[in-house]
Amino acid sequence: MPQPDLTGHWGEFGGRFVPEALIAALEELDIAHRKALEDPEFQAELAALGRDYGNLPSPMYRADRLSEAAGVEIWLKREDLNHTGAHKIRNVLGQALLTKRMGKTRVIAETGAGQHGVAAATAATYMGLECTVYMGEEDTRRQALNVARMRLLGAEVVPVTTGSRTLKDAMNEALREWVASVDHTHYLIGSVGGPHPFPMVVRDYCRGIGDEARAQLLDKTGRLPDAVAACVGGGSNAMGAFTAFLDDDVKLYGFEAGGDGYETGRHAATITAGEIGVLHGARTYVLQDEDGQTIESHSISAGLDYPGVGPEHAHLAATGRAAYEPVTDAEAMAALEKLARTEGIICAIESAHALAGALRLAEDKTLEPGSLVLVNLSGRGDKDMGTVVDYFGFDKGNDQ
Amino acid sequence: MRTAEAFAKTRAEGRAALVGYLPAGFPTLADSIKAIDIMIENGADIIEVGLPYSDPVMDGPAIQKAADRALHAGFRTSQVFEVVEAVSGRVPILIMTYWNLVERYGTGRFAADFAAAGGAGLITPDLIPDEADEWLAASDAHDLDRVFLVAPSSTDERIASTVAACRGFVYAQSVMGVTGARSATSTAAPKLVERTRAHTDLPIGVGLGVRDGDQAAEVASYGDAVIVGSAIVGCYLETDDVPSGHQRLAELTTELAGGVRR
Repeated sequence: MPQPDLTGHWGEFGGRFVPEALIAALEELDIAHRKALEDPEFQAELAALGRDYGNLPSPMYRADRLSEAAGVEIWLKREDLNHTGAHKIRNVLGQALLTKRMGKTRVIAETGAGQHGVAAATAATYMGLECTVYMGEEDTRRQALNVARMRLLGAEVVPVTTGSRTLKDAMNEALREWVASVDHTHYLIGSVGGPHPFPMVVRDYCRGIGDEARAQLLDKTGRLPDAVAACVGGGSNAMGAFTAFLDDDVKLYGFEAGGDGYETGRHAATITAGEIGVLHGARTYVLQDEDGQTIESHSISAGLDYPGVGPEHAHLAATGRAAYEPVTDAEAMAALEKLARTEGIICAIESAHALAGALRLAEDKTLEPGSLVLVNLSGRGDKDMGTVVDYFGFDKGNDQ
Repeated sequence: MRTAEAFAKTRAEGRAALVGYLPAGFPTLADSIKAIDIMIENGADIIEVGLPYSDPVMDGPAIQKAADRALHAGFRTSQVFEVVEAVSGRVPILIMTYWNLVERYGTGRFAADFAAAGGAGLITPDLIPDEADEWLAASDAHDLDRVFLVAPSSTDERIASTVAACRGFVYAQSVMGVTGARSATSTAAPKLVERTRAHTDLPIGVGLGVRDGDQAAEVASYGDAVIVGSAIVGCYLETDDVPSGHQRLAELTTELAGGVRR
């Protein structure tokens, strides 16, 4: 598995672009994480938690009706069946356990749509940690149900009223708060972004997705997939799915949020359209203007609506190991509907981007007919029903 | 003017230097120049010009608001050099900036344009020396000061390596937290300054939290420079009337300048 250098660089990407005040905490986290990785007791505890509490490993499912229509063999990694409804439980259980190891008593987290916030609040309450979640004020209004979930779980939710009042501003606020509370607080970051060692830490806790999938596919089919497809916002589920296959002859595809279409400028396709810069502590691809000011991203999927991307993805893109392509809102919603109608599975709009991308690869014959494609179904769609109702017009008597 | 000259003067006078911070383009481009003139006329020894950024993770509400306002009014990076050029000559002018803006402009090009405008150096709150190879080279090439930060959480080892990379002065972040005026300054600050002195003869500036003459006097008792930002920005946040903001700034600067001379 490729590792960053000792100061957290993958090629020219990654690193630590943060105030000196945070360096000591990042060093502490780096050491604690590396030790935990090699500690059988920690690993056993985390595995038991994942199994008994997180519902891991998630199933691997051959989607026959969908495959028949697509002309390729599609296998779905069912992360939507995990506790709290997404791959994110893997990351929060790992980091919360690490927080306790470091002797810290509190976690803070940023959240966009609220999925990571709910997962963080879940892990925190389970492990007896205090939890504060920063969420853009816009998002607290749009995702009131998730705000209620976090509060029910005992977390404090702080609406962020600065900047564009969305995920990137929530992350700014979490970083600000962390500087002031770092002696007893861990920043339980939600994706493979941020300063080193966060991209490595989050990847290591999410890589179970790919590790499990690899073993499950070998067991069920006797072979590795020809391609792996995952959606990419910050990129935690995609890194989790890709890592096990990096050294294999397996094509890796990350599908970014194409929003209204790449050409409209209203999208969150950071690798496709962004340029190299520094955001939230790492050098990576960033949606930015000519001066380096961050540009607001747009996507129907709140979980992909972020103007940066994890630095390891930037490296995989720059070296050509993985391909990243945009998928529009319309393509994602069509795939979401198709999965519901063929397989009876309602996935998250984020995950629908991965599926839409895989279907496109089959359609345009980038993948030969009969290819075996692993699609990471990173989350379930319950949280998105409001958006679905609006998008398909179900509230206007439209029965489709 | 070089930063070292300003510190030579204040050391000769047996006092700390007063460093005033204001974002370029706030409250307007012309008024940011006017405000810096007011600070210089009323006793500021060194000026920090802020470069407004969309994601200022080190800054509290006051400076965030000021940066937002400048950006909404259309502020562009290249305009910071107009500000520097307009105010340079009397005291050292440094730019305080988040790193992406410099990298995006081109580190070498930024250093060249800044030096040509009469600038003295950069303060880089989210750039640690470990990541600063390009800037170390560019600042050497254009003879610019480079001010990195030390913090209460820094290990002695990191303080040593950070001050070794500094030129001009060292910025001691006196509290664990973002910028913002505070009613009480930090107890961690004197200790941090003492730990830093063990590793360098460079002047040590103390920032974050100072809002009045008494606090300035207190910080001046152990620091070589008292850095004031949010309180200065506040002069223009509390009123929409820019001339009365200028008036408040003149009074505040006079009070702070008195503080460092006590």
